Amino acid sequence: MKYLLLIYEAEKRWEGGYNGPEIAEYGAFGKEFSAQILGGNALKPTSTATTVRVRDGKRLTTDGPFAETKEQLGGYYLVEAADLDEALNIAAKIPGARYGSIEVRPLMIFS
Amino acid sequence: MIDLDRLCRAEWGHLLSSLIRAFGDFDVAEEALQEAFSAAVVDWAEAPPNNPVAWLYGTARHRAIDRIRHRARSQALLAQLAPFDERHLQSTEPDNAVPDERLRLIFTCCHPALATEARVALTLRTLGGLTTEEIAHAFLVPTATMAQRLVRAKAKIREAAIPYTIPEASDLPERLSAVMSVLYLIFNEGYAATHGRELLRRALSSEAIELVRLLRVLLQARLGSVPAEVDSLLALMLLHDARRETRVAANGELVLLEEQERNRWDRAEIAEGCALVHAALVRSRPGTYALEAAIAAVHAESASAEATDWAQIAGLYARLLELHPSPIVALNRAVAVAMAEGCEAGLVLIDSLEKALAGYHLWHAARADLLRRLGRRAEAVASYQRAHALSQNASESRFLARRLAELGAQPPVS
Repeated sequence: MKYLLLIYEAEKRWEGGYNGPEIAEYGAFGKEFSAQILGGNALKPTSTATTVRVRDGKRLTTDGPFAETKEQLGGYYLVEAADLDEALNIAAKIPGARYGSIEVRPLMIFS
Repeated sequence: MIDLDRLCRAEWGHLLSSLIRAFGDFDVAEEALQEAFSAAVVDWAEAPPNNPVAWLYGTARHRAIDRIRHRARSQALLAQLAPFDERHLQSTEPDNAVPDERLRLIFTCCHPALATEARVALTLRTLGGLTTEEIAHAFLVPTATMAQRLVRAKAKIREAAIPYTIPEASDLPERLSAVMSVLYLIFNEGYAATHGRELLRRALSSEAIELVRLLRVLLQARLGSVPAEVDSLLALMLLHDARRETRVAANGELVLLEEQERNRWDRAEIAEGCALVHAALVRSRPGTYALEAAIAAVHAESASAEATDWAQIAGLYARLLELHPSPIVALNRAVAVAMAEGCEAGLVLIDSLEKALAGYHLWHAARADLLRRLGRRAEAVASYQRAHALSQNASESRFLARRLAELGAQPPVS
């Protein structure tokens, strides 16, 4: 079996930056389970999120994260795109965009 | 002596768009341009340049390069930058040295991934060249709040990689309609505002008209044509703006269209607006802006409220209703039908909208007006009182109180 482990937490905690002992803990966690971890990323905060829906063939794009509580996370794609427009174009083609919402979030790049 | 304030208002968007294009960063571009204008205050007092725009661009470019030289990740970008020909600084040629990227800027500022209020603020700041303080005043929010809104919007552009491009043909209609709705929102904020300082409001409306004019020039240059809906939007704004002076009486009371002094309407704006909308209607299937502009044109071209072709207006509202079903549009149609066919016919339509609009003061006001004309005084008074109770606009409230007084009644005690 494969499992997706989703990290939910108050993003405000990270406003001051991503340094500190907790990052080292994440590093240790990654090492400990390196044989089992198939992939993982940090996301930029929800202020960078955009949500796309397609209804009656028309695309509705809104600023902000997905905020419905009646719908649940059902899957994900990790895609490479030149910019947000390209990412939104791909997102709008996901069949689920016609029934639910696709939240588009850029990944955090640690340099 | 060069008028720097005027130059800033006129050239800010042009220069900024070009700097953003060169450096790929809104903040670097904006800060560098601000520094260039500050430098101009000092330098130009001694030696004004032959070509102020090229001077500002060259100076801002130097400042921006200084800024990003410190950032390791921008080194590659610096290498790519085309060298700027310093001779432009003293050239007498107009602004050839500075490419105009404002069309990109419009599409980025009005990107649907930004919150609507952020789009409005960003468009006024970057394209209109209004200061953060001016925008804050116009929208009645503290300057710090507006500054924060702009910072967040620019952060989202950067962090989510909202592109600085003109959308592909397949995306263009949707994106252009997003741009138009931002510009119309700015216009309406200045026109139909329920509160605020009159002069700043007027500035917003004029700014919106200027921005649509700019959009037309840029689209023409880039695509070789201007979509009819963009022309219609300009027509709509001009036809409304033409009536601005007559909408509110000296005492601040709202003046209804039928009671406005038509000889004080701006004839030049009406002529331009009518010509634009007539041409747009011939060119293509009318969209919502075209239909709304056509309605405004029928009013503008009528000598009086009685002489208005209300049947045509009712017909235009019916088409608008097909395109954009909304109870407000249906209410406007009902009022036009009342004028064209009689108060009873209008009242039937208005009553059918009760469920959707019972909480809307103008529904009660329109209903009251028809009851008054039908001589049903008691019902008219009740409806005016309901409208008065629901109204949040001082000039509308004064108007409703006057109507009640004419019927020998009082506004409700709130």
